[in-house]
Amino acid sequence: MAELAYEETFDCVQCGYCLPACPTYITMKSETHSPRGRINLVKMAAEGKITYSELEGPIDLCLGCRACEVVCPTNVQYGKILESAKEAIQHHKKESKTMTKRAKLFQDFVFDKAIPNNKLLQTAGSGLALYQKSGLQTVARKTRAINLLPGKLRTFEKILPNVEGPIERRSRKEHYPAKLRPAFRIGFFTGCIMDTMFSDINTKSIKLLQEAGCEVTVIKEQTCCGALQNHSGETEITKKLAKENIQAFEKYDFDYIVNSIGGCGAQMVEYDKLLADDPEWASRAEEFARKSVDISVILGQVKLPFVKEISKVVTYQPSCHMTNVQKRVQEPLELLKKIPGITYMELPQKNMCCGSAGIYNIVNYEAAMDILDEKMKQVEKVSPEVIVTTNPGCHLQMKVGVEKEGLSDQIEVVHIVELLTEACGVE
Amino acid sequence: MKQEELAALLKEIIRDEKRILTDKVDLYSYSYDASFGTYLPDIVVLVMSTTEVAAIMKLANKHGIPVYPRGQATSLSGGPLPVHGGIVLDLSKWDDVLKVDAEDMVAVVSPGVLTADINDAALEVGLIYPPDPSSSNVSTIGGNLAENSGGPRGLKYGVTKDYVIGLEVVTPEGEVIRTGGRTVKNVTGYDLTKLIVGSEGTLGIITEATLRLYPKPQATKTMMAVFDDIVDSGKAITKILSSGILPSKLEIMDNATIQAVEAYEPLGLPVDAEAMLLVELDGHPAAIDEEILRVEKVCKETEARTVKVANTSEEANELWRARKLVSPAIVREKPTKISEDATIPRSKIPDMFQRLKEIREKYNIDLVVFGHAGDGNLHPNIIADKRDKEEMRRVEQAVEEIFKAAIELGGTLSGEHGIGTLKAPFMEMELGEVGLDMMKRIKESWDPNNILNPGKIFPQPGQRLVLTNG
Repeated sequence: MAELAYEETFDCVQCGYCLPACPTYITMKSETHSPRGRINLVKMAAEGKITYSELEGPIDLCLGCRACEVVCPTNVQYGKILESAKEAIQHHKKESKTMTKRAKLFQDFVFDKAIPNNKLLQTAGSGLALYQKSGLQTVARKTRAINLLPGKLRTFEKILPNVEGPIERRSRKEHYPAKLRPAFRIGFFTGCIMDTMFSDINTKSIKLLQEAGCEVTVIKEQTCCGALQNHSGETEITKKLAKENIQAFEKYDFDYIVNSIGGCGAQMVEYDKLLADDPEWASRAEEFARKSVDISVILGQVKLPFVKEISKVVTYQPSCHMTNVQKRVQEPLELLKKIPGITYMELPQKNMCCGSAGIYNIVNYEAAMDILDEKMKQVEKVSPEVIVTTNPGCHLQMKVGVEKEGLSDQIEVVHIVELLTEACGVE
Repeated sequence: MKQEELAALLKEIIRDEKRILTDKVDLYSYSYDASFGTYLPDIVVLVMSTTEVAAIMKLANKHGIPVYPRGQATSLSGGPLPVHGGIVLDLSKWDDVLKVDAEDMVAVVSPGVLTADINDAALEVGLIYPPDPSSSNVSTIGGNLAENSGGPRGLKYGVTKDYVIGLEVVTPEGEVIRTGGRTVKNVTGYDLTKLIVGSEGTLGIITEATLRLYPKPQATKTMMAVFDDIVDSGKAITKILSSGILPSKLEIMDNATIQAVEAYEPLGLPVDAEAMLLVELDGHPAAIDEEILRVEKVCKETEARTVKVANTSEEANELWRARKLVSPAIVREKPTKISEDATIPRSKIPDMFQRLKEIREKYNIDLVVFGHAGDGNLHPNIIADKRDKEEMRRVEQAVEEIFKAAIELGGTLSGEHGIGTLKAPFMEMELGEVGLDMMKRIKESWDPNNILNPGKIFPQPGQRLVLTNG
């Protein structure tokens, strides 16, 4: 329990090929905040040369984007080393009581109870919708009451998406039949944050899949994917959630379990790794991981009924977890290029993380904004009209970037599904 | 001097406190490179200007504090390791100057510029910077200059030293000098430029370099030849080169390497063959179209089992893929890689292969051989597990014998990785007592207080090769 992945650190030959791929190495300019540095520090902690609390800083500042894994010539399992460090640090904090009781209670509540709990999140989401729709948002902005918020929260307040109200969301059905014989039978994974902040993207995803000839079912028993908990070292909670999801979906005969969330998708394709040591669950987790795909994979295989030209300059900021963990690089791109009228411009250094990384941009605000500044330098080289994303975290972060640069009236940030529904005339 | 005192003095030179690192996690992060051993410095300083470097050297010289210049620490010989503590001088963030002058065909660069970025900038005006160490996407030019790095293209284009015509250097006593200039021809006095390049950061700190650029070759052509007998592949290499053709790359992979790659990713490689050659020609398309036929003919005459010429760039990439996969493939079973670069005259390649085979059997080690066959720069790589102390002792003995074999065959300890800490114990074997002493006298006159990268190149009394961390 909570052991550092010490043996895995020996796979690193310290060649340094990961350095140019690491966003925090670029912005923080020190080996301590590089993949090679962090792997070495995990080894040093396991050997007792540094303490867990000394290890905590460099580990917390890692985005977990895993771009280093892709360029590593010796296939070091960085994700495993990182997660082991997070779990061990978390465990150590609880054991040694360096974490205040309140912080621990709060964290346990958020990860174990709040995020996986739909009702709680929906209530929060409804509050957000009410805030936006009642005009309070405008009032707050106009009266500058908003400026009383600390800088980082203010930044995010401005770019919050328009959330579907409780009535719209409750109107979502459980079953969306295909018109003809279904191309694929799909179990749709909604995600929890996604279904609160961006439930309209989920709704559009479902309709698009249906329009493209798939039968879509949204099962009620599904729960949170566990990614955020895993990134915070709460591996046991993630395992519990994974099992709940596996159990929920395996009762049905789905061809695929589809999601529109790069980060959740990455966690789910790694359920097999997560549960590999659990004989009762290993093969069931493998089956789940195998069926779990991003929506772009399915939409690439069916015929989309395009009806409208989108005559805009579009660029794409890939989600790191989509690229480095799910390894879906071509699928979203090919879909984009199919849209009639589109001018696709590749974003230079597109595989560099935008700094969102789950809740990184909230927890490590300054570090995340430095990374975002690097990202926006590249965006300006392309000057797109639309930035396409495939993950809610990246979506919000890119909106922050556009807002920070004062480009909100020139650049629109959308999920790929939004652009596709528009081009297909799906309401 | 205590860390706090040193930090206080350095803060008077470096105003930006973020560029002075003193935390334990930072010291551990600058304690290693890509070779062996971990040594904690007392402090790490990220420098950004010649003035800063000069002031730090003056300070260090006055107080007798060791200074260890460092790029991105991709060194395979221990070049940047702070073996006596002191200051690690990180030059890798100092990358503000990269000026290409197409008329003079030179690039002027600051020490932290990445090697590949220089070539990319040159390509924009139809030129190239030829030295291509495999780490060029990561390594800094400062590190390349200090170690005189090579690469596959060394066969035709030479190595780093062949492209340096001018330097700005901070001496160990904190003075700033300029060597060479902006012209290819320059015989004014001793050639200090060439002395500094490859001196492994023991004589001065390079703060700016003027590099020669070459016209970009119009086209390239790739070929693969498979041999049942490694001696035949050696004959093919010498015959290709003596037939008036100078390939840009000529790489070899031995049977163990072929097997490892094929097991790692099935590419349909000939796992029963003793050797595989990869040849790349560059130049005018018409010329290389004709030359590749001649290379093909030579390979067939020297008993190549099969010869395959790539017709498209995709096919060429496919042929090179086998070579690219060597690194991940060979560390699949065991994680520790001891990458040697002992180099021999190219006529001795078959003899060296024979000696390596004997060493592999004698010490029962996992040894694969690949590398830049065209210039005799082989890379015998021993694969081991550094947690296995008994195995590592055998490896240490085997490495010693590889060095001996190379020197006996008229070669050298190191073709491109440098001496650093790892090969220091063997210097006298190659250079003789007086030869080594002449080098030491140069070091002593440049650095009278022995503060710049001490512990490198010259062996300590009784120093032996050590590949384990105690």
